[in-house]
Amino acid sequence: MGNLKLTSVTKSFGALTVLHDIDLTIDNGKFVVFVGPSGCGKSTLLRIIAGLEDISGGGIEIGGRDVVHLSPAERKIAMVFQSYALYPHMSVRKNLAFGLENLKFKRSEIDARIAEAARMLALEPYLDRKPRQLSGGQRQRVAIGRSIVRNPDIFLFDEPLSNLDAALRVQTRAEITRLHRQLKTTMIYVTHDQVEAMTMADEIVVLNGGRIEQVGTPLELFDKPRNLFVAGFLGSPRMNILKGKVVAVGETGVTVDVGYGVPLQARIDPAAVAAGQAVLLGIRPAHFAVGGEGLPFVVQYHESLGTETYVYGTFEGSEEQVIVHQAGHFAPERGALLRIMPQPGRMHVFDPDSGLALPRAIEERSAAHEHA
Amino acid sequence: MSTPKSTDLGGRALDFVMGIVEAPINGFERLMGRKRMPYLFLAPNLVLFGIFTFLPIAIAVGYAFTGGTGLFVSDRPFVGFDNFRQLLQCEDYLRPGSCRESLFWTAIWNTLWFVGFNVVATLLVALVTALILNRAIAARGFFRAMFFYPVLLSPVVIGLIWKWFLDRNGLLNAFLQMLGVPPEIFLLDVGWSRFFVVVVSVWFHMGFYTLILLAGLQAIPKDLYEAAAIDAASPRRTLFRITLPLLGPNLLVVLILLMIRSVQIFDEAWVLTNGGGPGTANSFIVQYIYQMAFGSDLRLFGLASAASVLMGLVLLALTLIQLRLGRKMES
Amino acid sequence: MSQGLSPIAFLTRTRRPGRIGLTDILSWAWLILGTLAVLVPVVWAGLSSLKPAAEITRFPPTLLPRVAVQQTVPGFDAPLSLWTVNVDGQSREMAMIRRIGLKAQMVDPNNPGTPVSVDVKSMSPVQRLTVATENYTDPLTRFDFLTFLKNSVFVTFVATLLTLIVNALAAFALSKYRFRGEKAIFVLIISTLMIPLTVVMVPAYLVVVGVGLVDSLWGIIIPTIASPTGVFLLRQYMLTIPDELIEAARVDAASEFRIFWRIILPLTAPALAVLAIFSVLWRWNDFLWPLIVLSSRENFTLQVGLNAFQGEFSVQWNYILAMTFLSLAPVTLVFLFLQKYITTGIAGTGMK
Repeated sequence: MGNLKLTSVTKSFGALTVLHDIDLTIDNGKFVVFVGPSGCGKSTLLRIIAGLEDISGGGIEIGGRDVVHLSPAERKIAMVFQSYALYPHMSVRKNLAFGLENLKFKRSEIDARIAEAARMLALEPYLDRKPRQLSGGQRQRVAIGRSIVRNPDIFLFDEPLSNLDAALRVQTRAEITRLHRQLKTTMIYVTHDQVEAMTMADEIVVLNGGRIEQVGTPLELFDKPRNLFVAGFLGSPRMNILKGKVVAVGETGVTVDVGYGVPLQARIDPAAVAAGQAVLLGIRPAHFAVGGEGLPFVVQYHESLGTETYVYGTFEGSEEQVIVHQAGHFAPERGALLRIMPQPGRMHVFDPDSGLALPRAIEERSAAHEHA
Repeated sequence: MSTPKSTDLGGRALDFVMGIVEAPINGFERLMGRKRMPYLFLAPNLVLFGIFTFLPIAIAVGYAFTGGTGLFVSDRPFVGFDNFRQLLQCEDYLRPGSCRESLFWTAIWNTLWFVGFNVVATLLVALVTALILNRAIAARGFFRAMFFYPVLLSPVVIGLIWKWFLDRNGLLNAFLQMLGVPPEIFLLDVGWSRFFVVVVSVWFHMGFYTLILLAGLQAIPKDLYEAAAIDAASPRRTLFRITLPLLGPNLLVVLILLMIRSVQIFDEAWVLTNGGGPGTANSFIVQYIYQMAFGSDLRLFGLASAASVLMGLVLLALTLIQLRLGRKMES
Repeated sequence: MSQGLSPIAFLTRTRRPGRIGLTDILSWAWLILGTLAVLVPVVWAGLSSLKPAAEITRFPPTLLPRVAVQQTVPGFDAPLSLWTVNVDGQSREMAMIRRIGLKAQMVDPNNPGTPVSVDVKSMSPVQRLTVATENYTDPLTRFDFLTFLKNSVFVTFVATLLTLIVNALAAFALSKYRFRGEKAIFVLIISTLMIPLTVVMVPAYLVVVGVGLVDSLWGIIIPTIASPTGVFLLRQYMLTIPDELIEAARVDAASEFRIFWRIILPLTAPALAVLAIFSVLWRWNDFLWPLIVLSSRENFTLQVGLNAFQGEFSVQWNYILAMTFLSLAPVTLVFLFLQKYITTGIAGTGMK
């Protein structure tokens, strides 16, 4: 069974600790994506699960078995590497067979599994070619095929699409998702690309500086980031952050002043704040209403992508850049003054000291998951 | 090494053999863990190095301080620095005859002369050849291969081939006779035999140094020459201001390597000169060590070891200089 | 071409199409003379090895192997040698019966009548191109040459095989693992590059005596199997093999040794080939160490055997040269086919 449990997993290289007390539970059959900036420890965590890297402390269980002292092969995992790591001197068929031969499978069983995997991945015509005779996409499929024939409890993917061009990446993404639906096996997928994370994952694990920042479904993370880091990391272009101050505490929310004489209403738990407290407001570019009343926004330039437009500018008298998203064509003049207003309920409020999101108003908080 | 294919017979046989070899090694892995495998993989190498390189070094130093003719340390009396004293005691170092161990000093002087001439001659010939081959010359590959060919031959073969070439009835004398010069038995003449030991050594090894210098020359960026040509530099200036300075580090390394190898001259000279003849005109240090230890029934291992230690120290110094230069080159 | 006259110019100038200057002429002269210098002694020895014993010491020598023609003449028991004789301004072939001082008694071989007396100065021997194959067959059949050859082949083959395996294993450990003492061991191994055999030959001999390998072929194979050059060469190459391949193999349930022989060894083939060529050359040409270790004739390698021959047959150059050529032939073949490998291998590593 492909459920995974990490308890207080720590990893240090000498004096440098790269993973701090990682606790994580992954249910069988889930597609989980580890995402984070480079150096956040996501690949190390994957390699620890694979058994390619020892842990300095903590425990790992796969399917209820303690696997800390087991070799990669004994953990019943399979892995797709960033470089694919195909054995260059072996044909595709040999590449697929190598693991099964090592496990002393019968020849007939090996052939059957190779045939099955080749059919699934449309690799039949290439079975007798060497890796160097294949295109990037084909190599990628061989690498996946090498995992499939092993029939593992957990598939591990280490940035498998980073060597493909943009078009192939979209296609392969869909293929891996289809494969997951077909096999219903646990898959853990490491990437630094938030689009991959958002589109493929059942659950996303955001890592930063060797710690888990948040775990949740893609939309949970997008709508209810637990802290500034998650808020800033997911979503493109990134979330606008404004400095503000709580001026009034009401029944179902608070009033925040960010200057410019326009008080903003945020739906956070009134009990969590006091009037006069400094806060940070996060508003995604898409969550501004343009026109009418609002904050004074001076246009610098805009990027038109056809179906949507990003407008870059600053609030009047400020230096910090603010990005505003508009659907369709929109072409404001340079220097034009727009009035923009955050959409109600779309504002994120953070404590500037801890960076944590302030608890939402009661009816919303109960709906939200609480994760470690 | 080919990939074992389980389809062909040879592959299957190899698989079978490896299967047998593999079993105990995999057993070790299961017992001791993956982390200890590198030690197992290193073991054969380290054991062999230990027994046949490091142990002999230790013994060499030990033996240098013992005397007698016994083979094993237990049979040998400790004599302190006697061996070194015997080697180094001399009235006038310039006259080997005045030394207690006159053979040793003859060998030292012969070796020094040989090293001097051989290093200069080899370096010059190799450098000129490399410079010519570095030009856009036709059939460069052929010439490079041609000059390199002797490097691969065995010293015994080279000694014999040249011995025959220089024989009383050999081709060189035939050629000289055509010019009206009376034949000469070159290898029985002190001056000629020394000269030809150097000639044969240059002939034998120059291809190797040419190859190294050529690699260095080809690493010099071509645009430097183009820039020099635009600056109207004469060929002489280009050679002395661009090529040689940039080749400098390579030249130094080649020089030291050449010295290290020249000091150890033995094989081809031994065959060519019938063991250092005429007389002791071509008796070199390695030959001295060989003869002291193995050449006669009197096996003077102590004296030979002491001479080895002295030569080892000289070579070590040269090697350290080379390493320093190498490091300087990298930075 | 004003600068074409500079004595230095020929070293630096690059060739320009369509113009041949002094520089080019000097360069070509150097290269051609050099090539001749390399070839002439070798070819001369090769041609001489085909000459029969009686011809080889003739001075001045002929270039090609020839032999005096002899013919059986009716009325004479032994065959007579044929000579070209000038008689009455006419040149004809005659057989010599005997020679007395400056006169020789000759007879017409086809029509032996009364012998004619001929001036020695006016005659020259009739010769035919021949190849003295016995120079090559005799050593193989009558002397111990075949034993030496067998020993050399055995030593070269076994030692090269072991050299590849032992050093590849060490290089694998030093390139693909991180472990305690890794750096120290690497430095220790590389430092042995600094200790030439000539310095430790006396004590190394004593060790060989101590382990009971003296006067045995194993005594020359085993001590030089572990090669710092080999470890270094293979390690540098293995460092270029991506670590992910090894991790993939571990995920694929391969044992560490299986990773070595199924993944690492095949991928290191180019470097192994270079080391194999070096090792074959080292072993085939090795002289000093076998000379020290081997004492009985049946254990001699080719090089030691050749050296022994030249002491014994000091005048029988026909045999010595033939055997020299037999020992030189494999090396020459190796060179002809693998010339590129060898030269780039040496230029790349700076080793020999």
